[in-house]
Amino acid sequence: MLQNKIAFITGSTRGIGRAIAFNFAQNGATLIINGRCSDNVRQLSNELKNKFHVDVHEAVFDVSNYDEVKNGFKDIYQITKKLDIVVNNAGILESSLIGMFSKDNLKNTYSTNVDAIYYILQYASRLLVRNNSGSIINLTSIMGTNGCAGQSIYSGSKAAVIGITKSLAKELADKNIRVNAIAPGFIDTDMTNSLDIKIFDKRINSIEMGRAGTADEVANTALFLASELSEYVTGQIIGVDGGMLL
Amino acid sequence: MNNQKIIQIFARSLGVDEEIISDSLEYNSIPEWDSIAHMTLISELEDGFDIMLDTDDIIDMSSVSKAKEILGKHDISF
Repeated sequence: MLQNKIAFITGSTRGIGRAIAFNFAQNGATLIINGRCSDNVRQLSNELKNKFHVDVHEAVFDVSNYDEVKNGFKDIYQITKKLDIVVNNAGILESSLIGMFSKDNLKNTYSTNVDAIYYILQYASRLLVRNNSGSIINLTSIMGTNGCAGQSIYSGSKAAVIGITKSLAKELADKNIRVNAIAPGFIDTDMTNSLDIKIFDKRINSIEMGRAGTADEVANTALFLASELSEYVTGQIIGVDGGMLL
Repeated sequence: MNNQKIIQIFARSLGVDEEIISDSLEYNSIPEWDSIAHMTLISELEDGFDIMLDTDDIIDMSSVSKAKEILGKHDISF
C-alpha cells in the first residue's frame, strides 16, 4: 500500500512509533526512522531490513533540538531528496497536578510534544511540497481533545497539536498535502505502563470496549492516513480509543 | 555559469522574463515574487544547486543579490 513512498517517523524505536515503522515497512515504504539513541535506531533498522527487505535510513537526533533537526534534515535531503509521509510521533507523558509541576517539566513536555513538530514540519513540508502531494500525521491524544485531571501539561501540549494539525491542513491543502492527527486513547505502551496502578485501573474502567488499545491498532490508522485510502481526508482528528470516556 | 543558472531559476519560479532578474530585484517588489512564489523559488534553488537551505536564510533572502550571498555559504560562487 505504500510502495515507492518515503516515510519519516519520529520516535520510532518504541511503542506506537515502532508499531508504525513495522506497519509501514510491511506495506513496502522506504523508511527514515528517528530516535535519540543510535544503538536503538540501528537495532530497529536491522530488524526492519531483515524482516521486510525495505530500505531503511537512520536519523539519529533529538527532535526537540532545533539545530539537530536542521542538520538531520540536511542529511535526509542528501539521502532521499524527497518525502511522502511524515509521522510526528515522538512525545513524552507528564503527570502533575496544577500546583505541583516544575518549570522544567513544563518546558520539556512542550519542547518534545509541540516545539518539535514545528521544527520537523518547517523542514519536512519543504520536501513534501516538491511532490505536490503528501501526508502528515501528528500523534495527539484523547487528553488533548477531552482534557484529563492531573495532566494539564500533557493535555495542553496535545491540544496544541490539534491546532497545528487543523491550521496546517488549511495551509497545505492547495499543495495536495494532507494533515491529520490520531488521538489514541489508552494504549498499552511503556508510556502508559509507567502510570500509577490506581490511575491505570481507572483508565481501563473508562473504556467502553473494556481493554487498552494496542500500538498496532494505532498503526493501522496511521496506515490509512498515510495511504491513498484517505486521499480526500485532511484536517481530521481521528480517535483510536475503544470508546474511552474522559 | 551559476549566474545564468540563478537567473533562469528565478525567472522560472516567479514566472517572469529573465530580463527582469537583476541583483537589485527585491522580494515583494514585483507582484510575482510573493510569499507563495518565494517557497517555490526556494525549492527550485535547492534542487538546482543540490543544497538544503536554513530557515533563517530563507527568511533572509530578500533580493537576488542576497540569494547569491546565501548560496555562497554553500560554496556556490557567482
